[in-house]
Amino acid sequence: MSYIFTVSPDFSPDHLSGWYIFNTWLQRQSGEAIHLELYDNFQAQRTAIQANKIDLIYANPFDAAMLVREKGFLPLVRAGNTSDEAIIAVSADSSVNDVAELLPGINVAVTEDPDVHMIGMIMLEAGDLDAGNINTRFYNSQVLIAKSLLQGEADVGIFLAKAFDDLSNLTKKQLKILVRSQISVIHHSLMIGPKLAGRRDEIQALLLAMNNDDKGKSVLNSLGFDTWIKVEDEEMEFMIDLMDTLII
Amino acid sequence: MLSDMKLEDIVGDYKESVLDLYGNGSRKVFYTDIETPYPDGKLIVSTTDKAGVITHVNQSFIEMSGYTEDELIGMPHSILRHPDMPSAAFKDLWDTVNRGKKWQGFVKNLRKDGGYYWVKATVIPNIRNGQVVGYTSVRRKPSRTKVNECIQLYPTLF
Repeated sequence: MSYIFTVSPDFSPDHLSGWYIFNTWLQRQSGEAIHLELYDNFQAQRTAIQANKIDLIYANPFDAAMLVREKGFLPLVRAGNTSDEAIIAVSADSSVNDVAELLPGINVAVTEDPDVHMIGMIMLEAGDLDAGNINTRFYNSQVLIAKSLLQGEADVGIFLAKAFDDLSNLTKKQLKILVRSQISVIHHSLMIGPKLAGRRDEIQALLLAMNNDDKGKSVLNSLGFDTWIKVEDEEMEFMIDLMDTLII
Repeated sequence: MLSDMKLEDIVGDYKESVLDLYGNGSRKVFYTDIETPYPDGKLIVSTTDKAGVITHVNQSFIEMSGYTEDELIGMPHSILRHPDMPSAAFKDLWDTVNRGKKWQGFVKNLRKDGGYYWVKATVIPNIRNGQVVGYTSVRRKPSRTKVNECIQLYPTLF
């Protein structure tokens, strides 16, 4: 029997091969046949989850509630020293210096990454902006959001903070950060589904020991991570409750 | 039970009031006109048990309230209660979460030093194995327009 592993579609394209390498490592270590299935967008991935096709997932926090409370998934680990943070930015030559100065009717550039979009909207809310009085424009990548600001297509961009930091210096010089979130407790997590639940402790132990040897470390590095950190059930419940307070 | 605020903690000119904390006795508070602006990009997070006793606070909660973590854990959440907040708002909060629903509202909180800060608060019940075991409260930066509306509205609710 083969199990299906999937990754939140907002992963960085730079780490595409890394997820295949990780999947191979996981199969060897666990002795299970695991197939990595990647979806083009969140909707396609959610459809697969609803159809009980997924057994392991590196999940966006936005989907954690559905995975745990509707589909019986359990948390395994999250990447160390990372959390999902958002940045609100405008073009460097914009006269706006504070979210409170933004006006209804502006064009806001976002990706489909649901948690970053949500965090960004919460920061815009302080300026009396919401989905009902802005024009939301979806782009396929963070680089395209930057481009939309520089070309004047959008007035404001909502970025994944890490992706913003990874933009070229030349691009960043042409942008101005209005707000950077500092939430710290919202993060992607690797989660295990009911069919593999019997092997949860064993797989969790394998993951936590991954940075103890050179091979494991190199696989982690190919994902852009240093280490995995255990996620306790209550920690996941806390994050789900917190996300619940933020979803408008 | 909350003890009265201490004058030595207060910064600036103050007024005095005695709050009825319903079930938690009363508390003498000292409050000033000094506002601490909500920090951009941050969330203030706390959890309480079913009785409203604080079980967890994050760093932003500590910084904005002016209390230490040790001073907060084990205290009723009403340690932040400001005399300008109408009790009707908190009744609505408890009525809503006791029905298992999410509550949202704009709240003026009282700091240890007598100052205040406005938040947009969301409170949800924490349900584990079908039972409410406590509450999570998350505050975010409120818009100034909404705060100004509340400054007009709240005095009419006493």
